[in-house]
Amino acid sequence: MPTADELKARIEAGIPGSRAEVQDLTGGGDHFRAEIVSPAFAGLSRIEQHKLVYGVFGDEIGGAIHALSLKTTPERAT
Amino acid sequence: MSDSENPIREAIQQAIADHEIILFMKGTPEAPRCGFSARTVGVLDQIGKEFAAVDILPDPRIRQELSAISGWPTIPQLFVNGELIGGSDIVLEMYESGELQEALGVAAAAPAPDAPEADGAPLQIENRLN
Repeated sequence: MPTADELKARIEAGIPGSRAEVQDLTGGGDHFRAEIVSPAFAGLSRIEQHKLVYGVFGDEIGGAIHALSLKTTPERAT
Repeated sequence: MSDSENPIREAIQQAIADHEIILFMKGTPEAPRCGFSARTVGVLDQIGKEFAAVDILPDPRIRQELSAISGWPTIPQLFVNGELIGGSDIVLEMYESGELQEALGVAAAAPAPDAPEADGAPLQIENRLN
């Protein structure tokens, strides 16, 4: 079972320039919420932004990572 | 059902094309089987437009084919006018911002002067793919 810290690390490694905050919503390691800010999201629809995040985890979404709630925010790189 | 290589995929594509608003979910709108699906139904109920609902639980192939079509890995999935709007997170965000109401052609908190008219026929459709 992943931990919130692991997910945070993977998201930040997988999405350029991102900052992620990840919470384990149940404490059970299977239902997380991630809030992610990244310039990589700029210009993308919400769906495309979320797909970028899901892409970091590939097949694990719906499997080992049962539920990952997302809030993504594009950020202008300054 | 037509005799084809992938009847489930075809049925899903047909359903998406046939209904203005269609939600693929776990369970039914009256009895959702998962919190995310329940929340999405809740938003649609608030908006008040009729929508079609497909319970993906009876057959695991539905979910498989749906994800292959939409490129989206999780349930629920809301389609409007043939286009994937998103899962529960996106639907909720768009509802709170008023974007969902706009996409569905209903008045949001601040009605736009030329909001598109989309008068759905008063049908309650519940589609179950076998």
